Amino acid sequence: MSIVALAAEGGAYETPGVADFWQPLIGSGAFAITRASIVILLSVALLSWLLLAGTKKLTVVPSKGQFATESAYGLVRNGLGRDIIGSHDFLKFVPLLFTMFVLILLNNLFSVIPVVQFPTMSRIGFPAALAFVVFAVYHAVGFRKHGFVGYFKSIIPAGLSIGLMIPIFLLELITDLFTRPVTLALRLFGNMFAGHLLLVLFIGGGEYLLLHGAGGLKIAGVGALGMGFVMTVFEILVQVLQAYIFTLLAALYIAGAVADEH
Amino acid sequence: MNMTGDIAILGYGLSAIGPGVGVGLIFAAYINGVARQPEARGMLQPIAFLGFALAEALAIFGLALAFVFKG
Repeated sequence: MSIVALAAEGGAYETPGVADFWQPLIGSGAFAITRASIVILLSVALLSWLLLAGTKKLTVVPSKGQFATESAYGLVRNGLGRDIIGSHDFLKFVPLLFTMFVLILLNNLFSVIPVVQFPTMSRIGFPAALAFVVFAVYHAVGFRKHGFVGYFKSIIPAGLSIGLMIPIFLLELITDLFTRPVTLALRLFGNMFAGHLLLVLFIGGGEYLLLHGAGGLKIAGVGALGMGFVMTVFEILVQVLQAYIFTLLAALYIAGAVADEH
Repeated sequence: MNMTGDIAILGYGLSAIGPGVGVGLIFAAYINGVARQPEARGMLQPIAFLGFALAEALAIFGLALAFVFKG
């Protein structure tokens, strides 16, 4: 935003940074309604409509909408839920996993969908909240399955000598309580943040070079815009991949908590 | 020679080397595995992406810390 405004005034080029992601629309400060809040509300409304429309008139020979909904659901249910958590108790986690998958997928894709063009997950609050849900769920099911002491016992791999047990227990505890939720949130945040920054840099910078550069710099501007297009295509791949990876890791953590043997 | 700028950004560049090599190795192994045994693809895919996600986390830490420690 700021780049386009500056370029229109003919000012100096300002490299995009963290400030470009803070866009309060109504109010200011901690309780402002930002562009990201609007985008995630829009995504919830759009998803509800898409999923309801996709499952309304179910037929044996599916329509296009039903087919798309079924493929997405099948990917999460069979590819992630059944194969990773195991056929015994995966079904009760499928709603959570599917919700996570489609919510993250749509919000990530909003990064390149014209008009919206803002990745919700590039504000750390949103992935942090999602990671907290996963964190709470896998510990809750772990405690319910093994009991309070049993769950702590279950994180130690079987067949360790006494001397190794304590350091391994501490390592596993740090992994479970700290590393897993933090990396889960940061991975999604970092990918969306860095990807969007890259797009803003190539497209904003290319536009500036093209309109305000002298002579040969205009050619470089065309190159930068072309790179912007290539990176946009690459970003779509990354966005789908990150939604898949977030759900994959959530399923994996849940599988670790409900497994009989660690 | 005088240089201005932020050394935290250099730190991010350094922190991206390791994960870059790691991700390359993971997908090289994945491609090798699928080439030798195409029917194992379904089993290898989640493992490859899991390894990719874990290796990539280090680069993401570097990116986040570069912005945290930026002057």
